Amino acid sequence: MEIRNSDRPRGPVVIDIENITKDYIMGEEVVRALRGVTLQIRRNEYIAIMGPSGSGKSTLMNMLGCLDTPTSGRYEFNGKNVAEMDDDELAAVRNREIGFVFQTFNLLPRSTSLRNVELPLIYAGIDPERREARAAQVLADVGLGDRIHHKPNELSGGQRQRVAIARALVNGPSIILADEPTGNLDSKTGEEIMELLENLYQSGNTIILVTHERDIAAHARRTVHLRDGLIESDHAGFVPELDLPVAG
Amino acid sequence: MRFAEIIKMAAASLGTNKLRSALTMLGITIGVFSVISVMTAIGALQYSIENGISFLGSNIFQFAKYPANMSASGDVQEKFRNRHSITYKQALHYYRLMEGEAREICLKSFGYEVKGQAVYNGVKTTPSLLIAGTNKSFLTANAHTLGYGRNLTDEDVELSRRVIVVGKIVEKRLFPHETPIGKVIRVSGHTYTIVGVLAEKGTAFGQSQDDLVLMPITRFFEDYGEAKRTVNIATQAFSQDTYNRTFDRAIGAMRIARSLRPDQPNDFEIYSNDSLKSAFTNVAGYVRVGAFVISLIALVAAGIGIMNIMLVSVTERTKEIGVRKSIGARSRDILRQFLTEAVFISEAGGVLGIILGIIAGDLLAAWLKVDVIFPYGWAIAGLLVCSAIGIGFGLYPAYRAANLDPIEALRYE
Repeated sequence: MEIRNSDRPRGPVVIDIENITKDYIMGEEVVRALRGVTLQIRRNEYIAIMGPSGSGKSTLMNMLGCLDTPTSGRYEFNGKNVAEMDDDELAAVRNREIGFVFQTFNLLPRSTSLRNVELPLIYAGIDPERREARAAQVLADVGLGDRIHHKPNELSGGQRQRVAIARALVNGPSIILADEPTGNLDSKTGEEIMELLENLYQSGNTIILVTHERDIAAHARRTVHLRDGLIESDHAGFVPELDLPVAG
Repeated sequence: MRFAEIIKMAAASLGTNKLRSALTMLGITIGVFSVISVMTAIGALQYSIENGISFLGSNIFQFAKYPANMSASGDVQEKFRNRHSITYKQALHYYRLMEGEAREICLKSFGYEVKGQAVYNGVKTTPSLLIAGTNKSFLTANAHTLGYGRNLTDEDVELSRRVIVVGKIVEKRLFPHETPIGKVIRVSGHTYTIVGVLAEKGTAFGQSQDDLVLMPITRFFEDYGEAKRTVNIATQAFSQDTYNRTFDRAIGAMRIARSLRPDQPNDFEIYSNDSLKSAFTNVAGYVRVGAFVISLIALVAAGIGIMNIMLVSVTERTKEIGVRKSIGARSRDILRQFLTEAVFISEAGGVLGIILGIIAGDLLAAWLKVDVIFPYGWAIAGLLVCSAIGIGFGLYPAYRAANLDPIEALRYE
């Protein structure tokens, strides 16, 4: 077993979750999606969250991404209590601290790469000149310097995902939250995207990867397995044998 | 987020669905157009009436059976229907009482029901001439001038001579190359000798004033009957200074002529330039209210159209809303975005409607030969109403968009 991040210094805690639960009411039934999850993620970690469907993986991701608040438990993001934030404060955290990368890219179809990447800056209230310069810079960083005026339908899948990653990066977030980032890509393009994420990790970003694919999870330096709303295992490195029943 | 940003965003997303946006806009345009065009036309008319146009000659007032404004309520009309006509006998009585008190007294009776058609040498005019039985004072009282030939005289009236003074239209149609003076023509089956031609007066409010045929009032009664006719009496005071005194005496004389007891109210209408102006203002007021109500209904319908299209838009763009929320848009950013789009459609439609409405209203004004105006007040009111409609009908869709659950919205396909 290879433990790749043991040689790195341990950064400050970005995400501190303690015993959080999430219940959904579906008709008359209460679905307990998370039953008490405790997790700490430090700056510049590269962590994969795995689990079969129904394991609470998506719920945990929404929680980490501040799209949702827990039913109970403590969630501190950079030392701030997220569980008690109102919608506006959550929006501000999503805007500045979290960069989402989705399986289906979720770009605005009629806007150019530049406009898509600018969007978080608009909501952050950055003035147009700085915004455009910053967006163009980040697009260049992900290798799309020559595609800034293309619309999503003029780009390949891999290029679209790069635009999405640029959009996630543009506000300098504390974490990048990637939900099956290669799910809609062929394996070669998927590898390129994983390479890009690896580079981002190497340059100091914190990456949380939500996936059910072992090959993809293998890029992370730490793997958390969820099952039935609980953390089943939390290992440094990738532990393939533990994933066999999951993937099967 | 800045205002300019929001506008730009709204314009961009409306631009992606041009036909739909345009059609939605059109509803507003039509509503605003209707109110603005009517208001412009009426404003132009009223402006000209208040600034210059005289219905009557100077220092003139007129007695008649019916009021100028007959659009009053039903029971009021009933009152006029049972009113006795002003007979020629009463008019002559008034005339005698007022002799020496006024400069001119014009007695006139119109053959509105007669299809006035003049024929000479087989050439005919259209059967639309207005035949008036009157006396020498008609020209002064109605601000006509004699082109050439002679006016009617007291003698013509006394002897009920078969003489007529014709309007320019008759001359142009029947006598393009010769003088009409002394010629005998047939008008609606009767023969008359032309003694004079009126000078051209042109159109007023889109109606020709040159299709007149004047004859002695006595001749008129003999040829077209007297029984059901009423006589209008126009009286001209000697000067502005004596106007009020003449006016008071005239009412007294008219009451005597009509054999009214002191306790009975006047059974005749009094027209003056002032009363005619106020009558017009009255009618204009009704038309304005009517146009306003109809436009308001049209605008509400258009507003419902906006709401409908915005609800469709919110559903279509659920995913986009989810994405925007995930990257940091607050609920109020989304609310503002959708509200701006609704107001944008509404305002754009409104501006177009205002422009078209003013053009149409002023074209109408120009056709009526009155000064064109720019109705600032209505234009501003139009924009305000459009904003209100955009906000009013855009609020619910925008509220729905703003309150979408980001997780649900992101999952929406």
